Amino acid sequence: MKEQTNLWEIFYKGLFEQNPIFRLALSLCPALAVTSTVVNALAMGLSVMFVITANNVVVSIFRRWVNPKVRVPVYITSIATIVTVVQLTLQAFFPVLFKELSIYLALIVVFAIILARAEVFAMKNTVIPSFFDGFGMGAGFTGAMVLIGAIRELFGSGTILGIPIMGDWYDPALIMVLPPGGFILIGLMIAAFNIMGEYQDKLKETKAAISSQDAIQRGEA
Amino acid sequence: MGEYFTLFMGAVIVNNFVLTRFLGLCIFFGVSKNLNASVGMGMAVTSIMTLSSILAWAVYNFVLHPFGLTFLTTVVFVVLIASFVQLLEMIIKKHAPALYNMWGIYLVLIATNCIVLGVPLLNAESNFNFAKSIVHAVGSGVGFALAIILMASLREKLQYADIPKSLEGLGIAFILAGMLALSFFGFSGMIPL
Repeated sequence: MKEQTNLWEIFYKGLFEQNPIFRLALSLCPALAVTSTVVNALAMGLSVMFVITANNVVVSIFRRWVNPKVRVPVYITSIATIVTVVQLTLQAFFPVLFKELSIYLALIVVFAIILARAEVFAMKNTVIPSFFDGFGMGAGFTGAMVLIGAIRELFGSGTILGIPIMGDWYDPALIMVLPPGGFILIGLMIAAFNIMGEYQDKLKETKAAISSQDAIQRGEA
Repeated sequence: MGEYFTLFMGAVIVNNFVLTRFLGLCIFFGVSKNLNASVGMGMAVTSIMTLSSILAWAVYNFVLHPFGLTFLTTVVFVVLIASFVQLLEMIIKKHAPALYNMWGIYLVLIATNCIVLGVPLLNAESNFNFAKSIVHAVGSGVGFALAIILMASLREKLQYADIPKSLEGLGIAFILAGMLALSFFGFSGMIPL
């Protein structure tokens, strides 16, 4: 039972607390480049999720035999191989998507978040926790990508997944699907996450203050 | 000649790597707090990118393409560029310590960076010849330097501005980059690509 809650915690922290995009501000390039539609954002998110999970598993299996001095080249080679697998798979089964994601797919290789998880987590843990860590980080990344994609597609072309949502009266704000809109939106979203984080901290502080007051009162009584 | 000029200007302004293709954002936001560091970074990226493009062009056209190994492009380019930058760092450290003190730290940061990997990949994808690869790489580097220097000058001014607490740091930097991207967007259509 305890094991299970731990695994859940490992998975969960990637979703909000350490969300790769909003909290750690890592791997921002794809968050802007391929999020002009939900489909592209989702495809990119899932590809990254697969690569990060698979790489965490590979690294956690082989960590015993890897000399610490050469660990970074080992990570890079492993990531590059997995990315090639993803590229070939997409090219074979989803040629249109492959074309839209084009160079950004290959650039998954140098995502800081994947390298960071291998170094921080997979190198020090066994296979199962590493799997959940990668899965959680990947899910957090995918969630953030889809969220950004949905907002940009909704305001930029009035659709979600290509289905018209806003009706005829809405005049699409083209800037949202263009590069500048992406930058501005991410800036505002980071600010929103900061406000939420601050609010949570305050909540914790007040809770702590109330409980300590309670303790004092009880002590006096 | 005109073709090369178009390619160069296109890479510098219209298809600016940072502001319209979103490559190299990590260094763009990380280093642009300081103007001097930004100038250094811009020059380091331009030179590394040109050198690694030459190297990658040779490997792609003499090894990968003739032997039908193009599916290995990603793996080979990553390992090639990362090890090349490491090697360069060692050589500079040994033979030009003064230069190393100035640029060394940037070299470490660029070793595995999407902009340095992205240009050789784009060159390979668009089947550029040798001269075009170099022009494209230099243009992209100059474009990166231009963007990061502009951004650093803006951010240094911003230090004296009174901005909402939640927007401080990265938030306002992104919005600023959006404005910058908007102004670069005015150039699109100037050069047909």
